Amino acid sequence: MDVLYFAWVRERIGIPKEAVETKAKTVAELVDELRQREERYALAFADLTALRVAVDQELCEFDANIENAREVAFFPPMTGG
Amino acid sequence: MDIRVQEAPFDLGVETNAFAERQTGMGAVVTFTGITRDLPGGMDKMVIEHYPGMTENALQTIAEQALTRWDLGDILIIHRYGDLAPNDRIMMVATASRHRVDAFEAAEFLMDYLKSRAPFWKKEFGPDGTEWVAAKDADEAALNRWKPASNP
Repeated sequence: MDVLYFAWVRERIGIPKEAVETKAKTVAELVDELRQREERYALAFADLTALRVAVDQELCEFDANIENAREVAFFPPMTGG
Repeated sequence: MDIRVQEAPFDLGVETNAFAERQTGMGAVVTFTGITRDLPGGMDKMVIEHYPGMTENALQTIAEQALTRWDLGDILIIHRYGDLAPNDRIMMVATASRHRVDAFEAAEFLMDYLKSRAPFWKKEFGPDGTEWVAAKDADEAALNRWKPASNP
């Protein structure tokens, strides 16, 4: 699946998008995998209350299932308007 | 319904007039415009990032909800991304209705949802460096008044 990062999450991880091979069943499991990778991921995902997630472009919770997801995106709370 | 996510500036007067003129039987048009603040010692520019695809879908969903909740003839949403200077128009919404109450309420609903549920992020570039604009608790709280239980 594609994993996307926006705003300061993108800056902290250093890339806007990457393809990730995972067997994670939920967003939370995917986050745990990413955190193990490198310090920059651990830092970006240090505080999940500061993050929002969208699965296939729909906002959802961190316990959302991602087994059939094509795209998971992480970003800070939105500031439109 | 007209929803545009664009980098280019838009002309508030032209858009408002065109929106009003294409309505039939509507007694009220309400518009809201968001403008980058031009404050002494404030930012030099703002960059707005968004999530192409999700942004358009989120705005569409929010607009469709407004159409089901209020007696509306039409909705216009324009939201910019990319580089903006102080005093630039960031975005606008317009609502048309037979009566003003629906037009006002729907415009407020659109703004409240758009602020916290449309995937835009603002970064300010100022004399002291750069800063991502933080979401406000008040913006999230503003959504509560539109929850079905409090709006029979």
